[in-house]
Amino acid sequence: MTQTADLIVIGGGIHGSSTALFAALRGMSVIVIEKDTVARHASGVNAGGVRRLGRHLAEVPLSQHSMEIWYGLQDMLGADCGFQIAPQIKVAENEEELDRHRARVQTLNRMGFYHETILDQPQVRHYLPAVADHVVGGLASLRDGFAQPFWTTTAIARKATQAGVVFKEGERVLSLKRETDWTVTTDQDIYQAPKVLNAAGAWAGALAGSLGEYAPVEAIAPMMIVTARLPKFCDAVVGATGRPLSFKQMPNGTVVIGGGRRGRADTATNTSEMLFPELRNTAATAMDIFPIMRGATIVRSWSGVEGRMPDDIPVIGPSALHDGLYHSFGFSAHGFQMGPGTGETMAGLIETGATQFDLSAFAIDRFAPPNT
Amino acid sequence: MTQHSPMEPTKVDVAVIGAGPAGMAAAVTASKAGLSVALLDEGQSLGGQIYRNIENGTPFRDGILGRDYVAGRTLAQSLRASDVTYLPRTTVWNISTDNMLDLSRDGSSSQLIADKIIVATGAVERPSPMPGWTLAGVTTVGALQILLKASGVVQEDAVLVGSGPLMWLVAAQMISAGTPPKAIVETTPKGRMAQAMPHILQALKGHRYLTKGLSMIRQVRGAGIPIYNAATNVRINGGEVAESVTFISKGKEHTIHSNHIALHQGVVPNQQVTRLLRCDHKWDASQHCFRPVLDGQGKTSVPDVYVAGDGAGIGGAKSAALMGRLVALAIAQEKGKALPERVDRLEAALASDGAVRPFLEAMYAPAPQFVKPAKETIVCRCEEVTAGAIQEAVDLGAPGPNQVKSFLRSGMGPCQGRVCGLVVASIIAERRKASMDETGYYRIRPPLKPIPLSELANFQPLEVAQK
Repeated sequence: MTQTADLIVIGGGIHGSSTALFAALRGMSVIVIEKDTVARHASGVNAGGVRRLGRHLAEVPLSQHSMEIWYGLQDMLGADCGFQIAPQIKVAENEEELDRHRARVQTLNRMGFYHETILDQPQVRHYLPAVADHVVGGLASLRDGFAQPFWTTTAIARKATQAGVVFKEGERVLSLKRETDWTVTTDQDIYQAPKVLNAAGAWAGALAGSLGEYAPVEAIAPMMIVTARLPKFCDAVVGATGRPLSFKQMPNGTVVIGGGRRGRADTATNTSEMLFPELRNTAATAMDIFPIMRGATIVRSWSGVEGRMPDDIPVIGPSALHDGLYHSFGFSAHGFQMGPGTGETMAGLIETGATQFDLSAFAIDRFAPPNT
Repeated sequence: MTQHSPMEPTKVDVAVIGAGPAGMAAAVTASKAGLSVALLDEGQSLGGQIYRNIENGTPFRDGILGRDYVAGRTLAQSLRASDVTYLPRTTVWNISTDNMLDLSRDGSSSQLIADKIIVATGAVERPSPMPGWTLAGVTTVGALQILLKASGVVQEDAVLVGSGPLMWLVAAQMISAGTPPKAIVETTPKGRMAQAMPHILQALKGHRYLTKGLSMIRQVRGAGIPIYNAATNVRINGGEVAESVTFISKGKEHTIHSNHIALHQGVVPNQQVTRLLRCDHKWDASQHCFRPVLDGQGKTSVPDVYVAGDGAGIGGAKSAALMGRLVALAIAQEKGKALPERVDRLEAALASDGAVRPFLEAMYAPAPQFVKPAKETIVCRCEEVTAGAIQEAVDLGAPGPNQVKSFLRSGMGPCQGRVCGLVVASIIAERRKASMDETGYYRIRPPLKPIPLSELANFQPLEVAQK
């Protein structure tokens, strides 16, 4: 039997789930269709950084808005998301890198944003007592943080369920058609709604493509490694400037190391695979920046399937071709922090047709199909 | 010795993981068939767990460990006489879908590519979760035997708690060594003999095992050690160190004081490698464990991956060696090689050797206390997660071990779920009223064993030891 709603969300990641939650709070009826389980891919298995620091300038306003929601998110959800406010610091390993950070702070200040600040050498040592001697300073956003991705995304989905959202897990969308309303046919059922959100992550490009809308989403598998517990030595989430690294010591003492290096992603089987030779430099970088890591042992690793756009910023906004179709995908391995803010913004856009944010940088039609 | 660049990793026809009976036999047979073979093993020397330290026997140790142990020496000798490249002290810590093995050896990591992979990683002891089992001084019966095989050391004053043939064997070996256990607390529930009897006629085809088992039990009973039968409500007491074990036997509560408690609930296939490779597994209701789904020739659902020995389902050392040979022959046949021995004879021998199993499996199935531990019992030792916490995660909506792992970190510690996996799955299945196959198991992530971060930074391709 055909089920109807005001909005059908395709994809039960953090973007689909939070848009569903905020849409339900606005009074809309919402069905979320997820081919696996909620938070199965990038939304559940990312590094957990809640980071404004170093974002693409186009993302900064939305990221700021999201941060405001993050500060109250656990209260709003009534759940522990493992969220903690903590500094995010990009260390500069030489003066040239530090100069680049200084220029960025000036640019941000001109735009009216003051969350990123320069740390000189004594300051960077104050925040990172274990940092290597050669580090000359850094760029910091002191009230960023980190959270447990799986706890967060499933807590958002639970709250959405309480608000009336219906989650259909283990159902794969087969086709999407527009007559008066949208008809979504899955491998199990048929759904109709005037509005549809494509939040299908690494699978979103194929979905958009099925409707004649070009979106070159590449499936990637960012890799993370985890060490055995170490004595507490770092409270901040740390990145490097001239080489890829994301580095965080969890409250239990384990250290999660990732940043940039990719394994194998397979969207046909929904799986990803580690490629350890790719992590040689990551391991070396972690030991260079934190000498204490020379004694660390890797106990586990993981990767998740994520969608990446060629310009490394997401697609957010209405379809360029179809009324009632919206997109929110391709966050290119940095969408976790933006989840709540983008969800709230998309819910408003979908319900009212307008938003306070300039989404033009994220328009889907910024990509020209290869044959034109 | 050759140094290979990262661009040209060493290639072999067959990589065999594990140098126990299955691995040694598979390697020798594959090599005899003309295939290039690398035998990779974590241990210092050949033998795996069952034939551990087999090449360094002394008459005294051989006398304690017995004829079945000494039989492994022939296999080790045939391996030494073969063209197999044997790499001891080598941990396979990852295998990717392109048949690339990531190895750690003597503190450095390298790679090996293999056309075919034979997983011969054997069995692990079934966990015995009970109150106090994480205290210092609590070990397993298997670990006591390894101590005995590796260095001839026998733990004094030990109390053996559990069930199954290995417990009786180790008790008999400890008696032969002149250091008998302080007591045996047998947890096999009442009525098991009646459940096992329907299998006795078939088991008599394997009468050698029954005779050996009975004589072991007789030897232990004759040694005057206190033996408590059908023990229930077993718990270990102590602050940080085990001080005593308390249980009910024949309606009476007993407490035995000892700082050394050794637990055992039988052995189950070690699934780490086959799970890492995403082979299909199925629940075996008779052996109470998952085993990889295999065709008749040891082939898994994943191309080029085979399993031989106890990792395919518990069959013991002799069956493991037979299966190793059969799997090697299947690969040789696929590669168009002439077969060095006859398949039908091996198959007949395998069937005859396994005749006793259904009887043993019915007799020594794990007691309910260890399958459904009480709420407050710690199940995941690495992250100290209790049975009750797992039940709560299920109630919050976690449908399987992987979601429970994401909620609670169970199975995320250094053991990678090797110890707790089966118990976590059975608690979830029980709570959700689902089958074990529906519930499933942890996705196993590399590294299979911890490796130093510095070793990853210096990751090198393989250097093959020249024989």
